[in-house]
Amino acid sequence: MQLKNRTLRRQLSLATCALLTGIPGQASSADWVVDAGVMSYSESDRVSAVKTIATGQRLTEETTISVTVLVDTLTGASPNGASAATTSQTFTTASGTAYTATEKETPLRDFEDTRTAISSSWEQVLNRLFRLKLGADISTEDDYDSLGLNASLSRDFNNRLTTVTVGAAITQDTITPSGGTPVERSATDGTTLAIQSKEEEKSTTDLLLGVTQILSRTTLTQLNYSYSLVDGYMSDPYKIVSEVDAVTGNTTGYRYEKRPDSRIRQSVNWTTAHHLTEDVVHFTYRYFWDDWGIDSHTFDLKYRYEIGAGHYLQPQVRYYMQSAADFYRHSLVDSEVLPNYLSSDQRLGEMSSYTIGLKYGFPVFTDGRLSLRIAYMQQSGDSSPSDAIGSQKQVDLFPTLEAMIVNVNFNIPF
Amino acid sequence: MKGQRLVLILLSSLLVGCAVDVKPWQRDQLAEQKMQLVTDPMEQSFDEHIYFSKEAASGGKGVGGGGCGCN
Repeated sequence: MQLKNRTLRRQLSLATCALLTGIPGQASSADWVVDAGVMSYSESDRVSAVKTIATGQRLTEETTISVTVLVDTLTGASPNGASAATTSQTFTTASGTAYTATEKETPLRDFEDTRTAISSSWEQVLNRLFRLKLGADISTEDDYDSLGLNASLSRDFNNRLTTVTVGAAITQDTITPSGGTPVERSATDGTTLAIQSKEEEKSTTDLLLGVTQILSRTTLTQLNYSYSLVDGYMSDPYKIVSEVDAVTGNTTGYRYEKRPDSRIRQSVNWTTAHHLTEDVVHFTYRYFWDDWGIDSHTFDLKYRYEIGAGHYLQPQVRYYMQSAADFYRHSLVDSEVLPNYLSSDQRLGEMSSYTIGLKYGFPVFTDGRLSLRIAYMQQSGDSSPSDAIGSQKQVDLFPTLEAMIVNVNFNIPF
Repeated sequence: MKGQRLVLILLSSLLVGCAVDVKPWQRDQLAEQKMQLVTDPMEQSFDEHIYFSKEAASGGKGVGGGGCGCN
């Protein structure tokens, strides 16, 4: 009987939601909803991360209050930026620990970090047409702290077939690497470090304009334009760039990287959901560009296949490609004039990446949901660039990255 | 056939002005959880963090979310 009542309540609240808001919101008969998830991300021979998130949401007719707590633990090894070489290479961390990359091995620096973050938001229906959302985030890790505030306002138009959203966020970050930040572009033999400062800062302003449109009884689409201005320290204090001999290509030294202290990022994100009576297709395309010379395209397709009785399978394919930042260099020639900006971070290089995944979801308890997902990601670039010199032609200058992602999510209303 | 239909839907969704009127009582399917533009906020949070820390591009879906030193 209780089950019947709950089902009825749920149906009624769904109908109410559909009537009250043109753009359907998350319909639930519960006052409280708890979401919890655990994700494991592991790269072969490199970084392993475990992320745990729990979100509590209090829902009333006009207000949604949400609090999220997140803990990330990272361990493993990350590229230090130096190129692989035909000889072994030894480096020392700021804390004095030595590590060696053998012949033809990409130098990797061991690290571990824990990040704890809390974010909260308050969403309020202001009147028949307007909704306001305010949020705050705080995040802390060993060498990085971040504090952010965000707000967005939505208004329905056109018999609630159209919703326009404007949003803004400001984020203030503080970077405190162990041992301080190195003097950017300074030469190092891999073991010495000239300190530039103990602490650096970065501030970000994000603006968003979005339109959500109901196209039919079964199709919903959204187009967002985002503009983001970043000011401050954006170099990676742990990354260096190899300097090589102009003829032999052998490594002769290293330099700390330097990135510009300003960046304007823009993107257009288009996402569509379509209901095929039972199954649902989600498609997202994003075009991103910035004033560092990076352009990127992202395609993401998810197909939710209903097995029956609330069970579903959801295969996913994602493809990503980017061009290189203007100042990306796999290495420098030791006789050249030192460029104003330099980084060998592969994340700023030309590359492409794909992810394939499969998710299985099913109902638990009365109104709860549980899902399991496994995904594989591969990222690759030009391992043998045409400007490689001498011995550089024998090493991999853009090693392929592979990672497995496994996650489990619960959603339980009370 | 399904592929053609999908392409048609994707193209037509560019033409927002051509949308037909959908009465509030016809929005039952649109109100379902699986039709939300973000069906699983937790999964999105996991994914955005991975891609933010591995790729040069980020954002596009909304504002806020908090920074980290992973990029």
